Amino acid sequence: MTFALETIGLDKQFGGLHVTRDLSMKIAAGARHALIGPNGAGKTTVINLLTGVIKPNGGKILLEGADITGLSVQARVLRGLSRTFQINQLYADLTPLETIGLAVSERLGHGGDWWRRMGTRSDVNAEIAENLARFHLLDVMNEPTGTLPYGKQRLLEIALAIATKPRVLLLDEPAAGVPQSERHDILAAVASLPRDVTVLLIEHDMDLVFSFADRFSVLVNGALLVEGTPDEVAHDPRVKAVYLGEGADA
Amino acid sequence: MSADHGVGEISLRRARWGHGETAFWLIAVAAIFVFSDRYLILTEMAWLGLFALSLDLILGYAGIVSLGHAAFFGVGAYCAGLLAVHGLVKEPVLALVVAGGAAMVLGFATSFLVIRGSELSQLMVTLGIALLLRELANKFSDITGGFDGLQGIVIDPILGLFAFDIFGKVGFIYCLVVLFVLFLLARLIVHSPFGLSLRAIRNNPLRAAAIGIPVNRRLIAIYTLSAFYAGIAGALFTQTTALASLDVFSFERSADLLLVLVIGGAGYLYGGLIGAVVFRVLQDVFSSWTPQFWQFWIGLVLVLIVLIGRERMYRGVLWLPRLVMRRMAFPGRSAS
Repeated sequence: MTFALETIGLDKQFGGLHVTRDLSMKIAAGARHALIGPNGAGKTTVINLLTGVIKPNGGKILLEGADITGLSVQARVLRGLSRTFQINQLYADLTPLETIGLAVSERLGHGGDWWRRMGTRSDVNAEIAENLARFHLLDVMNEPTGTLPYGKQRLLEIALAIATKPRVLLLDEPAAGVPQSERHDILAAVASLPRDVTVLLIEHDMDLVFSFADRFSVLVNGALLVEGTPDEVAHDPRVKAVYLGEGADA
Repeated sequence: MSADHGVGEISLRRARWGHGETAFWLIAVAAIFVFSDRYLILTEMAWLGLFALSLDLILGYAGIVSLGHAAFFGVGAYCAGLLAVHGLVKEPVLALVVAGGAAMVLGFATSFLVIRGSELSQLMVTLGIALLLRELANKFSDITGGFDGLQGIVIDPILGLFAFDIFGKVGFIYCLVVLFVLFLLARLIVHSPFGLSLRAIRNNPLRAAAIGIPVNRRLIAIYTLSAFYAGIAGALFTQTTALASLDVFSFERSADLLLVLVIGGAGYLYGGLIGAVVFRVLQDVFSSWTPQFWQFWIGLVLVLIVLIGRERMYRGVLWLPRLVMRRMAFPGRSAS
């Protein structure tokens, strides 16, 4: 069976610091998979390895069976592996329309067009509108992103990742810092992600994790501690020990 | 139209010509008739404006800094001079394109060194390349004329029709037309998907890559184009002054260019043009006051601009014209 995303013996060291140890994960197509772990477990490093920001010292990354370990960040995006960012890394002075336009233009292969203005291709326009509409951003599409409410910015963050039409989406703490009043919109957006998109959720918020994911991987000190269904993980004594701070060696 | 919820309409609106833009170019054309005794300084403003526009493309849009943009200006200048002296390409417009092409080749070749690394290393690499070229031009003095510069540059009539006159009228109109054409191209580019992706890269290259934008390829492309523009500016300089000497590569030329862009502001295309006009006027005024100390006053103006802030100055200066224009353009509707 081919997995949507698979890592084989992934390893990363920064000098003497061993941040990812022999990590092998298999994520089935269409899964809602959560990657959890205490602070400093190396979750961010795993994202950076998967997306190609940093290269592993050893091991392989397979996207739908194809080896992508040597590919650049943007090549992985065009192959169908996208991510959202934890803290807002949106373009404050671009509008949501322009932001989504960037992703749609690249995906349809028109991002390098210099001989025509934005807005002249109806296929690009239609897809931009579709993405904005799905995430309820049409009413604010022409306002600078920096002036939008935080919740809207988080929605744009997810919309931007979806606009690249990913096969696998890495959601990095989508609800972090969102005020309670806007939380519902984010959770609804996450819940309504297309079923054919495989999602790997990296999250601290246990409510969100348990309501969303059907499979868990628990990362501790850069290594995989447990993998299983929510039930198995919740009742695993080792996981309890880690989260309660007992016996968690440094 | 309804399927895209007005997305196309809004996108296109951004690229629409404003009244201010039309006014700017009308004034430029009017200068041909109004300042008929100042063609030389007007011509300088035109090629300096083009040169600054080329820096704006990489600095204002792509976020690449350069302290050695004179490298491309110099290659364009010498190329135009050599083509004329040896009679290789006699027609000025064609020579202009060839000179721009030569600068472009250099731009492409050096882009790989420049786009890597931080702003500081960009400054050092660009500075180094310009110094290197200056020394090469000095070393091969049998080709370049060394410190004396190229001798015997005679420029043929433009398109075989318009001969350069001693007042510089033809030269100015020629520069203005070239500037306008290249400005239109730059304007098209910055409003294109390509131009938008440059803004994304300048703001956050990591994020741009995560959207699928090939960051390095885009930076190489704009750097190469910028070199082409700078080469054309250098060629215009040589063609209108019949000069090409080592100072086309000088550090001062690159540094002055940054001043021009600081005065006019980067990232909206007109900054370089306005900056070039203001810079040359200031230079002219100050040097007629105090021929030896004009740089002191330029420096003072620079400090004031940074302290007061360009935005605040513009708002003060443009308050009345903007009000009038708004009233005329959209009665009963507030302009966005």
